[in-house]
Amino acid sequence: MNDGVDLNRGLSVLDRPNSYIGKTVPRPNLDRLMQGRGQYVSDMSLPRMAHVVFLRSPYAHARIVSIDAAAAKAMPGVIAVVTGRELAEVITPWVGVLTHLKGLKSAPQHAIAIDRVCWQGEAVAAIAATSRALAEDAAEQVMVDYEELTPVTDMRTALATETPVIHPDLGDNLAFERNLDAGEIDKAFAGSDEVVEAEFVFGRHTGVTLEPRAVLADWNPGDQRLTIYQGTQAPHMVQNISAKHLGLEEAQVRVVCKDVGGSFGIKVHIYADEMATYALAKLLRRPIKFVADRVESFNTDIHARDHICKGRIGVNKDGTITGFEIDDLTGIGPYSMYPRTSAIEANQVVNLVGGPYTAPNYRARARVVFQNKNVTCQYRAVGHPIACSVTEGLVDLAAKKIGMDPVEIRRKNLIADDAYPCASPSGMKFEALSHQASLDRLFAMMDYNALRAEQAELRKQGIYRGIGIASFIEVTNPAAAFYGVGGARISSQDGVTVRLDATGAVICQTSLTEQGQGSESLTAQIVGSVLGVSMNNVRVILGDTDNTPYGGGTWASRGAGIGGEAALQSAKALRSNILDVAAAILQAQPGDLDIVDNAVVDAAGGAQRIELHELARIVYFRPDTLPPGFQAELMATRHYVPRDYPFAFTNGVQASWLEVDPNTGFIKLLKHWVVEDCGTLINPQLVDEQIRGGVVQGLGAAMYEHCIYDERGQLTNANMADYLVPMAGEMPDIDVGHVVSPTMESELGAKGAGEAGTAGAAACVANAVNDALSPFDVTITEIPLTPRLILTALGVA
Amino acid sequence: MTAPVPIQLTVNGERVEAQVLPRLNLADFLRDQLGLTGTHVGCEHGVCGACTVRVDGEIVRACLLLAVQTHGMAVETIEGISDSGEVADLQAAFRMRNALQCGYCTPAMLMTAQDLLRHEPAPDREQIREHLSGNYCRCTGYHAIIDAVEATALARRGEAS
Repeated sequence: MNDGVDLNRGLSVLDRPNSYIGKTVPRPNLDRLMQGRGQYVSDMSLPRMAHVVFLRSPYAHARIVSIDAAAAKAMPGVIAVVTGRELAEVITPWVGVLTHLKGLKSAPQHAIAIDRVCWQGEAVAAIAATSRALAEDAAEQVMVDYEELTPVTDMRTALATETPVIHPDLGDNLAFERNLDAGEIDKAFAGSDEVVEAEFVFGRHTGVTLEPRAVLADWNPGDQRLTIYQGTQAPHMVQNISAKHLGLEEAQVRVVCKDVGGSFGIKVHIYADEMATYALAKLLRRPIKFVADRVESFNTDIHARDHICKGRIGVNKDGTITGFEIDDLTGIGPYSMYPRTSAIEANQVVNLVGGPYTAPNYRARARVVFQNKNVTCQYRAVGHPIACSVTEGLVDLAAKKIGMDPVEIRRKNLIADDAYPCASPSGMKFEALSHQASLDRLFAMMDYNALRAEQAELRKQGIYRGIGIASFIEVTNPAAAFYGVGGARISSQDGVTVRLDATGAVICQTSLTEQGQGSESLTAQIVGSVLGVSMNNVRVILGDTDNTPYGGGTWASRGAGIGGEAALQSAKALRSNILDVAAAILQAQPGDLDIVDNAVVDAAGGAQRIELHELARIVYFRPDTLPPGFQAELMATRHYVPRDYPFAFTNGVQASWLEVDPNTGFIKLLKHWVVEDCGTLINPQLVDEQIRGGVVQGLGAAMYEHCIYDERGQLTNANMADYLVPMAGEMPDIDVGHVVSPTMESELGAKGAGEAGTAGAAACVANAVNDALSPFDVTITEIPLTPRLILTALGVA
Repeated sequence: MTAPVPIQLTVNGERVEAQVLPRLNLADFLRDQLGLTGTHVGCEHGVCGACTVRVDGEIVRACLLLAVQTHGMAVETIEGISDSGEVADLQAAFRMRNALQCGYCTPAMLMTAQDLLRHEPAPDREQIREHLSGNYCRCTGYHAIIDAVEATALARRGEAS
């Protein structure tokens, strides 16, 4: 079902007979997951495998005075107790900076803390034993003497002169600052009829992948190779980083990524405890398995957001938005995460605020500060929810100030669909977006006017319902501009190898990984379509650095747009090779032949000439019958990365319909709508499900999810009973619609869709809550929107 | 009491005799001693539902039950109800609706959905949401899962979805 509106394009390789592109087909290989026969790292076991448990600091900031492991070492099953100093013999420390983020600084971080711990949960020792339970027993007997230091917990005072500096060598607690001044914001505000401002507060939350981070590292001293089984989004990055810090060549490390129980950006980083596990395998010369338990996940999986952003918007009485200004402050914990850094989100906020709108005047400041809390870093929709909530919150405030409908002010100010290519005030290049068409489609899908009438009617009965709208831009298909230009060895290109096997089936090896998004499906759909081969004859191999082309992996909504195009180009190359063989066998011209339904046919008329399994049989087993000098090549590799645009920007708009109970502060979500434009839809159902999953993560941030620290830097709700996540009972049905503006940069035309849902959901809910509460004349600009927060705003808590 | 305790039970219809430590929970017993890795561990304290299995016909959280407590009982896991074909239609509906992404919650989600359909053959969407509300899914947003369960219920009642 493709209910999108194709804005351009004629026939292409995507329109071949029996094409799978644009069709909803089931993902291959779901059965083993549904039968409990998946292979997650937490399920894996190897001969002589030991389990590691990390003893973690109970303090947010403390000096390690001494560690006494004698009693633990004598316990049953214990293989070793290793301190940071001992582990440093086999693994070097790292500093998480990128050169293109000018001024970004961080301190050297060790796999296990040596002299000092900087957040509650930082590992101080590793205990390896024959079972996890025995390792935990022993961990209780490791005696650590700490001298507690003053923790820096409040980001508002992190830069104050009286606040201790976490890393004295760095001089202050400022990790990164970026300033941007585009247009003439002071003049714009001075000339505006109204200038509205607010302070937006975004709680810390985290990914809560259902399978915690898991790694099994196997150093084989016999062949001097390290095999790392890990649920990761970027196997080649893990290969590079682990080799670098263990003093190995890349070729000595193999990273295997089988099934992954959730990722969302949580598993695109390399954590200190994972580095320690690799190093322990090398040190102890045996396989070591680490699976975080849930408390460890909350304390050490990267956290995200944690921003306080002051925003201002200028607006004229006719609804014209004149400019935006923001001052963003974000806390990232004691280190910038490695190797992607923790400054990317603030940078992204600066890039994205005001992005959907025509106003050319924009001033931004973002400051990133260190704290003694767990590290924050890239999580799904990096920076998007902050930028969208600030922008759309301000737009609603402006509309309210001048008495204009929220849809009307957006129609008036969103960039026109015929204005492209153009650039945002922050310099982001837009190839082709569809804000206006998307808003029109949303307006129709949700029957906006009927909802407004219903809202007014119910309000007379004391029922407070609200509508929230949020337009957004979304960064997808990142090329080298994210990391490569800053010196990080994270591949921005992806590669696919396709080969026809001896039975006429097709094997693809892709550098994408699969965490449930559908990388396997989209690769098989594209290759099957281009080659004229049935999808069930296409097998996809991924997640193995020994057996796939070098590439980036699956993150930042790049799988379909980058890995998908590589699949298309490699399939085209193989198709050409197959037709050369067929022409040689059939004494025909390659251009007169085509491949349809697993057979070579006459391009004109479609008469079948030779089936692919017969062609493959001749090539592999009877090459003596081919013309002299003809060498068949039934394998082809192509790589792809976008060159013209550093990112493929996409766009969309969401709406939320909800009810607020002013007596209890509870929000009941009633319905959610999304319209988004990811260009070519390869599998509409998979796109819709990416959107829905993303929306619910955004709704979680809006209403429930919050990593709550006390003033001593203690995470007080590090379990799933206290850290609330969206469950089926509270979530609404989510309608998804599409507008289709393919990127002209690739033949496939696909842009990403993974961030869209998360990007706008919280902004929608916040705007809808404020709309619902408009009779009470309160405005809330903080998430999560807990009952207490709402009741406090209403003056009844 | 820290010595292993002998237990006898059936797991997916097979007789099992084992020595287990009193502190060993059922999820770890199934996974680590029997190699039945379809029962997943998510939160380890009864909140996420990923370890849901059937004990004597009722769904329980295997992380909240000790292995010794299952002595003399019948335990069924996703492997068992898959091989018997009991949930084949539900699995087909999940496949058609893409009601799973990473698949980590899915075995338990199927266990719980099947439990609902055995007790309530004609649930509405709200009842489905309610019954599944103890099973955490981070990927799908639940909508597709509700659709798949609803479609299965309709099909089992002989109605088209």
